[in-house]
Amino acid sequence: MDIFIEYLKVFVVGGLICVIGQILIDKTKITPARILVLFLTMGVILTAIGIYKPIVDFGGAGATVPISGFGYSLATGVMKEVDNVGFLGIFTGGIKATAAGISAAIVFGFLASLFAKPTIK
Amino acid sequence: MNTNINMTNQEYSDYVDKKAKNSPIIKNVALAFLVGGIICMIGQLITDIFKNFGFSKDDTAIITSISLIFLGAFLTSINLYSKIGKFAGAGSIIPITGFSNSVVAPAIEFKTEGYILGLGANMFKIAGPVLVYGISSSVAVGFIYWLIKLFM
Repeated sequence: MDIFIEYLKVFVVGGLICVIGQILIDKTKITPARILVLFLTMGVILTAIGIYKPIVDFGGAGATVPISGFGYSLATGVMKEVDNVGFLGIFTGGIKATAAGISAAIVFGFLASLFAKPTIK
Repeated sequence: MNTNINMTNQEYSDYVDKKAKNSPIIKNVALAFLVGGIICMIGQLITDIFKNFGFSKDDTAIITSISLIFLGAFLTSINLYSKIGKFAGAGSIIPITGFSNSVVAPAIEFKTEGYILGLGANMFKIAGPVLVYGISSSVAVGFIYWLIKLFM
């Protein structure tokens, strides 16, 4: 039963974040690229002012899987690194925390495009 | 039908908007909720599985994002992600799999223009701005945090 509630929370939080994006798309004709930038930046800002962490604690992957969770990693990473190494952490913390994701996107993207054929529209 | 032939342009466009939008927005939002929620649950499942294998919290987070990015790239390469995207909208754009899709889709599409300036350059057509603003804002946050720590 516990696990059911746990996954329900993930589902609802993740779903709601996507719903905000969908409403923006339908109401303002905002492009997907802008949505991604907006949500990522919001994730960074909300983490910095301490709002996103409680959402992550509550919703788990529901808050970390959306692109705003990428912003959460960037912001927590940079603050942790400033704690550890001081000033230089400002420049290393964010990418350090998200290095795996960025590398994975580049490598899998490169491999996928080597094997996939462009679709004719 | 209560259409009025004497409608002004504004009235007419309001009328069209009302007719055209009402039903899709509820359907779109419901589908975005459903698909976005499911992708997040898959993420949670991957996290829980690797946690059971004894990986640390940080490691499971890394493994989860790599797995989802792989999933997004794979589904894009077999041309399935765009099909999901057609009905899921933001539900497929906002999860990290959508970020992966935004890298892979242009890379595949522009491969015909060459490996360097086609594939290589266009890979970050959408992800580039995401990284520019994401990393810049993280540096800004880090700088402010450093300043606050300096004076406290």
